Amino acid sequence: MKSAISSFFIGVLFALGLGLAGMTQPQKVISFLDIFGYWDPSLALVMLGAIGVHFVLFKLITKRKTPLFAECFHIPIKSNIDKKLVIGAALFGLGWGLVGYCPAPAVTALATFKLQPFIFVLSMLLGMWIYKFFSPKNKL
Amino acid sequence: MNTYIYPLLGGVLIGFAVSLMLYFNGRIAGVSGIINGSLQLRKNDFLWRISFIAGLFVAGLILQFFWPESLSSNLIRSDAVIIIAGLLVGFGTVMGGGCTSGHGICGISRLSFRSIVATLIFMLMGIISATFFRLYFAGVL
Repeated sequence: MKSAISSFFIGVLFALGLGLAGMTQPQKVISFLDIFGYWDPSLALVMLGAIGVHFVLFKLITKRKTPLFAECFHIPIKSNIDKKLVIGAALFGLGWGLVGYCPAPAVTALATFKLQPFIFVLSMLLGMWIYKFFSPKNKL
Repeated sequence: MNTYIYPLLGGVLIGFAVSLMLYFNGRIAGVSGIINGSLQLRKNDFLWRISFIAGLFVAGLILQFFWPESLSSNLIRSDAVIIIAGLLVGFGTVMGGGCTSGHGICGISRLSFRSIVATLIFMLMGIISATFFRLYFAGVL
């Protein structure tokens, strides 16, 4: 229960950060990616801010033996570059550059009750399901 | 000035959020992974995921109420393009094991080689996709 309650507030904080950063405005994301057009480099600072904070805190937090509300840390240990990583990241990038939504901002934008985010999120869930359907052994 | 301060502060908030997820629950706050995991409906592994997703949505409501410009979208895209983009994002993030948050923020912060490679690839493909769309399809599709 503690993990569910904390996750809720973490989700709120995360998406308020997205909103403040401008990540929930797809035209802004497109202007960031369209480096040969009217390039808006400001969103690079989102990554800088987030990585800056998490780089330091990750080291401090993982000095603990366990997290507060769970038995262990779930940190990915894979280190090899495989076809799935390369092709998956490439397909994700293609989709992201088309409409400027990645998963978190799209879910946040559902709160506008406009049609575009709904269509996007439903298609995204379908895309996830299609991948699972064709490779049932792959667990994320 | 706000053009640069807001993204930086927003990034800092996101950095704290993913750190708190690790500190409280020992989890990587990779949003595509959290959503995809919730689709599996695994017992004891569902509630924290759906709570996080609900948190994203509730923050959206807060933003919509107090600062609707932050959720404004004036991008002109046909429904077909949105559907294709959604399918690519869903399929690609599960296949590649992460998205902007999981690889781009969490992974790079712990200097994961896989995440650095994935981020370079999806940024590059995003640049190509956004640029080609503007050049050849803007206003058409």
